[in-house]
Amino acid sequence: MNSVPLNLHQHRRSALLATTLIALVLLVLPLVAQWLGPAWVRTFAFAALYVMLALGLNIVVGFAGLLDLGYIAFYAVGAYTFALLASPHLTENFPSIAQAFPGGLHVPIWASIPLGAAIAAGFGVLLGAPVLKLRGDYLAIVTLGFGEIIRIFLNNLNEPINLTNGPQGITLIDPVRLGPLRFDHTVSLLGLQLTSLQLYYYLFTVLALLCVLVCVRLQDSRIGRAWMAIREDEIAAKAMGINVRNIKLLAFGLGATFGGVSGSMFAAFQGFVSPESFSLMESVIVLSMIVLGGLGHIPGVILGAVMLSVFPEFLRHTVGPLQMQLFGRIVVDTEVLRMLLYGVALVIIMLYRPKGLWPAPQHGVAPASAPPSAAQPQTGA
Amino acid sequence: MGSLDTFVQQVFNGLVLGSLYALIALGYTMVYGIVNLINFAHGDVLMVGALTALSVIALAQAMAPGASGWVLMIVGMLAAIPVCVLLSLLIERVAYRPLRNAPRLAPLITAIGVSILLQTLAMIIWGRNHLTFPQLLSSEPITIGPATATATKLLVIALSAIIMVALLLLVQYTRLGRAMRATAENARVAALMGVNPNAVIAATFAIGAALAAVAGVMYASLYSVAHFYMGFIPGLKAFTAAVLGGIGNIPGAMLGGILLGLIEALGAGYIDQISNGVFGSNYQDVFAFIVLCAVLILRPSGLLGERVADRA
Repeated sequence: MNSVPLNLHQHRRSALLATTLIALVLLVLPLVAQWLGPAWVRTFAFAALYVMLALGLNIVVGFAGLLDLGYIAFYAVGAYTFALLASPHLTENFPSIAQAFPGGLHVPIWASIPLGAAIAAGFGVLLGAPVLKLRGDYLAIVTLGFGEIIRIFLNNLNEPINLTNGPQGITLIDPVRLGPLRFDHTVSLLGLQLTSLQLYYYLFTVLALLCVLVCVRLQDSRIGRAWMAIREDEIAAKAMGINVRNIKLLAFGLGATFGGVSGSMFAAFQGFVSPESFSLMESVIVLSMIVLGGLGHIPGVILGAVMLSVFPEFLRHTVGPLQMQLFGRIVVDTEVLRMLLYGVALVIIMLYRPKGLWPAPQHGVAPASAPPSAAQPQTGA
Repeated sequence: MGSLDTFVQQVFNGLVLGSLYALIALGYTMVYGIVNLINFAHGDVLMVGALTALSVIALAQAMAPGASGWVLMIVGMLAAIPVCVLLSLLIERVAYRPLRNAPRLAPLITAIGVSILLQTLAMIIWGRNHLTFPQLLSSEPITIGPATATATKLLVIALSAIIMVALLLLVQYTRLGRAMRATAENARVAALMGVNPNAVIAATFAIGAALAAVAGVMYASLYSVAHFYMGFIPGLKAFTAAVLGGIGNIPGAMLGGILLGLIEALGAGYIDQISNGVFGSNYQDVFAFIVLCAVLILRPSGLLGERVADRA
């Protein structure tokens, strides 16, 4: 009994050390990456974005066990909402709006991000409501269908009223503005010159950390446990008094909210949105991130997201020149390689390590390292 | 009588489309009936069949420039079928068989992964551009009453009808068909009765793949184009057709396919008038998805399926 407080102390100390280390790495990363090349800073910024997406999908698939293949639709909704609120598109196409906002539509981020998240959440509930009694395969296909429907609508809603500007997308989206700081310029802060990419990286990392916080708190809350109960056995969960319908809708809605927030940030970052960025392949990419990392386990999901967004870029810089050396030409270009990576990841992980690279530790399972001789009674002579 | 002419034309187009969907849907429904798995990669098997046929036909045209279109078409199909069958058997052996007893999510995710792998394979072998599938049969319009058809369209309907009848006969009157029905009903008991479940499952995948190969070649010649992503939309629509008819039910898949083709053709033809120009025919693909969502939400057992209780 005396060892318990000591362990706790060591545990807390090592946890604090790990946290400080991670915080330091995150802080310093873009400065180091800038030295390697601005493309790397962009990669890490996208990694943070993908972490948010993965955490959102993890709520739906990992916690609640609802396989959603149309998740990218919420990302699209968030992005387009932000785009419509902070670009000249609406004022150019609707004279009534141009009259109401003579200086142009530039909704600040403290309003447009919550709006984007709320509208995405609304779509999440809209998607979740009809599919409540579907399971497994059917749920996956219907959500896939919904995702495609939304993409087709985004692609075609330029007649008779031009809402989304069709396949050309919406351009000239405002960058993020925090007070006097405009994120599309280089800013000097604390004696350092921070480029626009680095500013976005910090913003996305902070948002991602907030998402992690929300997810960790949700996981240990009543709602999180309800999700896991539904995932394991829906009928038993219902018998325990869990309102399965509301909890499922909450899962869809919250997952969609994460998607909406990341989508808005994506729109601000890129300055341009088009339906092409929101295809089924993107949904599958996010799914492969959480499957690779560890379904339902937050550190695993983060690992998967970071791995599958950084590794293809790493491959691009190494495999390209390697292929030139070996074959004299590019046999497999990076886009194809990226897709190949995702496909292989999904298949190999499901076949050989279905719980992912970093699965959730199982409670109540005896450790495999217990010496077998101690457990076996001596029989016979 | 312009509108009646249009109607008949659209019905005919729907039958053509529907026959293709029926062929592909049969592959989905047979596999689902036997192993309870949505073979996500089925549409991509179709794509591989179409692209293989394209390459072989190009080769044949280079070697024998005077060959008639019909001969080339047959050569293409005969080349596509074994490739697709072998591919499907390989996929089943490597990716699906180890996961037969795994929880629901695992084989589905693997199937998605296989689908992506097939697409990347096709991208590597045939490139990313849209390739033109040669016009093999004459494109002279053939008038049947008020509708105009081409030789290709008539071939689609005729060939699909023959294949579907053959499949029904196979399933109903042959030993393999009996074994397939038995395994679909209860695999363990079928094994006790002397059926080799692995062999039957492999045969199911093989037959489905052969159908997909034929459908792929015809789809490509109908639209004169083939590319690495061409299997996704027909695959999804065929799955809708299978679900519409009752998944696991072979006549259901045929009925569902034809019905979906008709819905799509008539919908695309009349959507302009119905919506007063708000929605055009570029929303054609949305019909299939709406039908899918509606069927799964309102009547998940489909038109000809038995009412199945909630299953995890």
